[in-house]
Amino acid sequence: MEICRGDDELEISELDPFLAELLRQIPASTNPEESPAAEQRLFSRPADKGEKESCAEWKLYVEPELRKLFRTATETVASDLQQLNGNERPFANRTLRIPAKHADAWLSALNQARLVIAAKYDFTEGELCDHYRSPIGSRRDLSLFQVNFYGFLQEFILREISGCGEKRSD
Amino acid sequence: MRRQPHWGGAWVAQRGRFAGSIHIDANPVCAAIANPTIEEEIQTEESLDLPWQVVVHNDPVNLMTYVTMVFQRVFGYPREKAERHMLEVHRKGYSILWSGVRERAELYVQQLHGYLLLATLEKVD
Repeated sequence: MEICRGDDELEISELDPFLAELLRQIPASTNPEESPAAEQRLFSRPADKGEKESCAEWKLYVEPELRKLFRTATETVASDLQQLNGNERPFANRTLRIPAKHADAWLSALNQARLVIAAKYDFTEGELCDHYRSPIGSRRDLSLFQVNFYGFLQEFILREISGCGEKRSD
Repeated sequence: MRRQPHWGGAWVAQRGRFAGSIHIDANPVCAAIANPTIEEEIQTEESLDLPWQVVVHNDPVNLMTYVTMVFQRVFGYPREKAERHMLEVHRKGYSILWSGVRERAELYVQQLHGYLLLATLEKVD
């Protein structure tokens, strides 16, 4: 896999089918449904439990806006990921181009996905720091790899939008 | 007498009444000139409504670089200050990012939740 920055886009090329599939799973991975822990993490309390009135008003007024914000980001990412659904040879490496203006949406969707997966599997801090664990073993190991891979992409996007990355020389 | 908390009010304010004086990119001088009455209202509320604080709590999943970027964006802090707060969150478990009037603190908490950070609004003891 190679990643670099063009004029108005970030390019991830030489994506093997496994990593391409992990990218395709970003939108679905942001869904906290069926996991109260993930739902609780995405929509955490804004104040102490004792502040019942505040928390109730937050649920009423703010939470719907947050849901909309997160959904919009995920939809943008899902639309960019359409590039990986072409009818090319099934095991060919792919290239994904992310418009620079979509960088914030990607940061949000990747973060949502990481938080949801980590909450579902209740990963420990030690596990999250174990970057050398093989993804082949169990569904848990694969999910941990997914969290770390998405984190790597987040780091890349952050570096690029802060202007620290190297520009592609055409 | 303390005003009753109302997230809805602050949420509406973000998109209207206080927008000019809250967004980090806004020029506060221009905002004051354009809306002198609103500025007066904020000052009145500030005098009645101190102090509240915005607390960010540790989360092992959010990346350090991401948290630093969020602090820079939301509070307009320079990188060094944002990093100091990020490290405090990481080492101490929490950091007080801002304190002041409730309405503005509510807005900051909303923005931080929009970036998926664990943030709470707390009254200063």
